[in-house]
Amino acid sequence: MSHFHPEIRQRAEELVGLYPRARSAMLPLLHLAQEQDGYLSPEGIDEVAALTGTTSADVRGTAAFYDMFHLEPVGKYVVGVCTNIACLLAGGEEFLEYASRKLGCAVGSTTSDGLFTLEETECLADCDKAPCVQVNHRYVRTTTPATFDALVDDLRASKLDADVPSHGTLIRVRRSGGLRAPRQEIVDQRARSSAARAQRAEEAK
Amino acid sequence: MAVLDAPRIVSSRAQYADSHTLARYLATGGYVALRKALTMFPEQVAAEVDAASLLGRGGAGFPAGRKWSMLRKSPVSYLVVNGDESEPATFKDHFLVERDPHQLIEGVIIAAYALQVSQAFIYLRGEFALGLERVQQAVNDAYAEGALGSRIFGSDFSLDLVVHPGAGAYICGEETALIEGLEGKRGFPRIKPPFFPAVTGLYGEPTVVNNVETMSNLPWIVNNGGAAFAALGAGRSTGTRLFALAGRVNNPGVYEIEMVKNTFRDLIYDPQLGGGVIGDRAVKAIIPGGVSAPWFGPELLDLPLGQDEVGEKGSMLGSGSVVVLDDSSCVVRAAWRITKFFSRESCGQCTPCREGSGWIERAMYRLEHGGGRMEDMDLLLDLCDNIAPGLSWPPQQTTICVLGSSIPSSVHSAIAMFPDDFKAHVLHGGCPHD
Repeated sequence: MSHFHPEIRQRAEELVGLYPRARSAMLPLLHLAQEQDGYLSPEGIDEVAALTGTTSADVRGTAAFYDMFHLEPVGKYVVGVCTNIACLLAGGEEFLEYASRKLGCAVGSTTSDGLFTLEETECLADCDKAPCVQVNHRYVRTTTPATFDALVDDLRASKLDADVPSHGTLIRVRRSGGLRAPRQEIVDQRARSSAARAQRAEEAK
Repeated sequence: MAVLDAPRIVSSRAQYADSHTLARYLATGGYVALRKALTMFPEQVAAEVDAASLLGRGGAGFPAGRKWSMLRKSPVSYLVVNGDESEPATFKDHFLVERDPHQLIEGVIIAAYALQVSQAFIYLRGEFALGLERVQQAVNDAYAEGALGSRIFGSDFSLDLVVHPGAGAYICGEETALIEGLEGKRGFPRIKPPFFPAVTGLYGEPTVVNNVETMSNLPWIVNNGGAAFAALGAGRSTGTRLFALAGRVNNPGVYEIEMVKNTFRDLIYDPQLGGGVIGDRAVKAIIPGGVSAPWFGPELLDLPLGQDEVGEKGSMLGSGSVVVLDDSSCVVRAAWRITKFFSRESCGQCTPCREGSGWIERAMYRLEHGGGRMEDMDLLLDLCDNIAPGLSWPPQQTTICVLGSSIPSSVHSAIAMFPDDFKAHVLHGGCPHD
């Protein structure tokens, strides 16, 4: 019995098929598990282990290395505020403090209504709009307390659902189709191109 | 005066709101270079890139053509594109993947053809959710257009391209850690030798790893020839380059300018570029090339933006980032925050990096927040020396990868350039700017 919903399960199997080795699908599969459950649930981890031919402990150990994976439930909106160098010079630390007061939760924790999780992030590579803020990994480009207040109000009123997909959803565009170049074709192609290149090198002498 | 007459090689479509679509790409000369490349022999395409002497745009600045030619003797198995841009204050790959994904993809196909690789991966930073969507959509469209998949544009060359999302780890920008991430493991860098990707890369097979911006230059090089690219810039620094300007400037942003022809002053002050320092304040320090790079003082503002020019002065162009600190910025706080970053992102394999970064961060923290001691400066330099013995440039390495040897740069620069600021922090019992 699959823990993944049928549609997620199908996408997971397609992902595994894109790589020469199943384990390579680990990071995309963990994103997918997070898309369904909002975090990496024990059942989701078990299923990723089965799909990648690894163990649950191995999956958990791998996931724990990466900041974007949550091993515990998080809020509907994960708000990340950068305080790294460019944002620091633009008041990122003060902005993070403001966000903490506004949301009513400490950095690294979730509001009691389960709506917001606040994180201090490292550089998010959007330094010309500092301080940089992401919600569910979408740049929201709010740099002042006033615009942050408006953002929070809009999120509470579910006005930004089109711009900010639900937490855990990393990418809404699906790959169309699997690998297209047949294995045998590739083997033949490579043999032909090596032989042709060797011949050209020989002729050049 | 800034020299701004060079062609826009990688940012030509930025003016269009729909620059990321296939329709716009085809309307602006898209996939013409690929069709041309497919009529050439693979080694001819590689020779053009060699002639361009295109330096890798990721950070290390290794010539892309030579990276490829290291592999000519044995067949390459995989091409991996490094789009895990995480060096603080670097945001040029972010710009390229969101604004011109087809240009990147065309570059990847051209490189794959030159290398005769039949499977390529684009490893994109997980936090680039929109970038991932745009690149995946562009890959889908490229397949539908016949630019990817079996027998590309009717040739006998086939290629599959897979978009791989990262998941939040600075270290995965290091090419061997990136390969580990692509193999579904923790991003632990591999030791070189023996794990040079060109020899023992993805799944232990020969692998080429190139940066997003490096790949994005290839369509122009194939269209215009390597010589035209090499005619731009000077010395070893050919072509144009994207500079990500951030910090205390009026117009932070990504600017494509010709290599070497412009100086830090041009980039920071030209009205068409940085537009000067906020509030007309004085530049206190510049961080060139990302936070792994040693800092420069205002006396080097007239240094040309070239790889060797910056290298000879003891720093690096690195990732193409330039951060400006003005005379109101606290250099102790800046150096502390950079160290905190390294401490968070150290993968933990090597003792000097794992322990050293945390120790330095704690000493910097107490200087900035109260509790610092005069002897802390000596302590910090000693700790830095333990990670990168001699504190020379380029740094000596005591760790598997260069994250470790990058840690001392900011702290060493700040102490060497601004000892009085550190003393003021000790005497004041914390940051005098607060």
